[in-house]
Amino acid sequence: MRAANAIVKAFEEEGVKHIFGIPGGAIIEVYDALYDSTITHILTRHEQAAVHAADGYARASGKVGVAFATSGPGATNTVTGIATAYMDSSPIVVMTGQVPRSLIGNDAFQEADITGITMPVTKHNYIVTDPTELLPTIKEAFYIAPTGRPGPVLIDLPKDITAAEIEYNYPSRVSLPGYKPKRKGHPKQIRRAAELIMEAERPVILAGGGIILSNASAELVKLAETIPAFVVTTLMGKGTFPENHPLCLGFVGMHGSKYANYALTECDLVIAIGTRFSDRTTGNVDSFAPYAKIIHIDIDPAEIGKNVRVDVPIVGDAKEVLKEILKLINYKKRKEWEEKVNNWRRKYPLRYQNDGKLKPQYVIEKIFEIEPESIVTTEVGQNQMWAAQYFKTKYPRQFISSGGLGTMGFGFPAAIGAQTAFPEKNVVDIAGDGSFLMNIQELATCVDFNIPVKIAIMNNQFLGMVRQWQELFYKERYSATCLRCKELRFDKIAEGFGGVGMVVERPTEVEETLREAFEIRDVPVVIDFRVERLENVFPMVPAGAGLNQIIDG
Amino acid sequence: MANMANKAKANNSNSNSRYTISVLVANKPGVLARVASLFRRRNFNIESLTVGTTDRDDISRMTIVVNGDLRVVEQVMKQLNKLIDVIKVSDVTEKSVERELVLVKVKATSETRGEIVELANIFRGRVVDVSKDSVIIEITGDEDKIKAFINLMRQFGIRELARTGMVAMQRGEKVVSV
Repeated sequence: MRAANAIVKAFEEEGVKHIFGIPGGAIIEVYDALYDSTITHILTRHEQAAVHAADGYARASGKVGVAFATSGPGATNTVTGIATAYMDSSPIVVMTGQVPRSLIGNDAFQEADITGITMPVTKHNYIVTDPTELLPTIKEAFYIAPTGRPGPVLIDLPKDITAAEIEYNYPSRVSLPGYKPKRKGHPKQIRRAAELIMEAERPVILAGGGIILSNASAELVKLAETIPAFVVTTLMGKGTFPENHPLCLGFVGMHGSKYANYALTECDLVIAIGTRFSDRTTGNVDSFAPYAKIIHIDIDPAEIGKNVRVDVPIVGDAKEVLKEILKLINYKKRKEWEEKVNNWRRKYPLRYQNDGKLKPQYVIEKIFEIEPESIVTTEVGQNQMWAAQYFKTKYPRQFISSGGLGTMGFGFPAAIGAQTAFPEKNVVDIAGDGSFLMNIQELATCVDFNIPVKIAIMNNQFLGMVRQWQELFYKERYSATCLRCKELRFDKIAEGFGGVGMVVERPTEVEETLREAFEIRDVPVVIDFRVERLENVFPMVPAGAGLNQIIDG
Repeated sequence: MANMANKAKANNSNSNSRYTISVLVANKPGVLARVASLFRRRNFNIESLTVGTTDRDDISRMTIVVNGDLRVVEQVMKQLNKLIDVIKVSDVTEKSVERELVLVKVKATSETRGEIVELANIFRGRVVDVSKDSVIIEITGDEDKIKAFINLMRQFGIRELARTGMVAMQRGEKVVSV
């Protein structure tokens, strides 16, 4: 069988239903084989978007996302997408074409050392140099990407290999002596954790994205209710715990609520699950949870003790570990703490001034009110933080955002991926005008494949988050952050691509426009919300400050 | 790991010290690049790194000497362990034999040659080449011995120096194997 056909067959065997990508000379054989496949190929208009779409697909569905690109520029265009997936532990397999083996190292046309380039941003990568390695490599890639701490795997394929004749014998197992993720937590540490939980008077659960990856939300809810403990989530942890639950304090960290940050600072026990204690979550680590013992549950041993000191480390899969802990603990009323936190919650609610102007927070609240089951993706910056604050996520995998790398331009293609995984759902990209411009060409993909994502632009004609920092910390010197462009009409651009464009300037128009947008099921809808230009994201923990030094506007 | 923990307790500080790590890796192209890339990306400093095959063709052994505090070295080991091609990572700092081979070409005249050879003999080095105005000496030993010998040779003028980097193995029953 031609190797290209074997590749496609192997991908089918792995259960791949969708591939995002762009063909080119070095990967043309594979695309030729794809022509006869049951796999749907979604032709994006930029390789970066193909990888973000595969990533969004993976985050929304829990399945491995797949992206294809050709050699050279096709491959280098995937790098931001791969790094984004790597930082947020998203399982994707990226396959790139490569020049024929005889030309490798000669600076051939469209040659780039993509395995060298992506080494620091992949969980693992391969260049296939022998046709007999091809199928075992694909098997390994699909094994490595979603297991343990998930992440992106890249396979680079020289063109002559894809054209070679090979025997199709897809392996049923892998042999990786250096890769044995640990799923079960250590029983002694689990007992210690249970003891600390039972002793604690002011416990708080810090829920991270690892809970989503481990599908452990049900166990998390049970844990919180059994103890009972308040739950704060990281940005990646949004959706692990229903935000309308009385124990949920929502999003914590730099732009988390005051009450969430106060609770995490004043608690006497942090139960951190599937989080890497990013600087955006902890603030200044020296003043992080100063009165607390810390239990850290994570599948990646390298995360334990990396950023904060830990009292009880548990290496293992969140679901497995929580199940074990649940056997050892029982309910204990902690009335004083409960009242204290609820007081903070009453005293310092998330708020913004509703003064008749069009506020981005209001728009996001309305999106949630009208379609609370929507999958929401975000771009990066103010739009992302408002979405995290005001879209009250109900279920895991509902909120998709580039947390680690903070990639502007992620949200729209990720929405394409999520919509591909769930064609019947409403998928909304909460965008900024700056971010949306970074992958706006994907409107063509949406029109081409009838992908009806909604792009809600919080258009303030600024690189808003940077402008906010300039306002607060750089004496309002707005260096290179103004995007004002008199004639820029996002609605016309959408129409130009064959989608639908809408413009909203007043709060009274928001609801009706959104309802109208959600009715459209065949083409993308761009809604240009001309929001208050100088609106800031508050509260805010200044960079390098402790979480309790949180400021209001 | 246990070794390092003990060491930390003993020192009761996080000051910098030298650690020797033995790493068994799959003998595949690119593995050295992955390890080197990891050290650069995580901002870890390698003092020396050696690679060679083991008794099994498919497995190579790296000996890496790093300087850092316990936390950094723990991170080094954990991050190394995450590489798919890394099979085993062991701290062999304690109770181990460490050896390095050095070739040093020293300026030698008819007056100094005798003294250089004598010094080499004291250090159990070997003269492996003699020419009109220089000699090459081969010497093996641990870090201290090599350092002492090189310092002694400076007075004659070192023309060239090549070191293999450290290899290490723990004494006794303990083995680093798959």
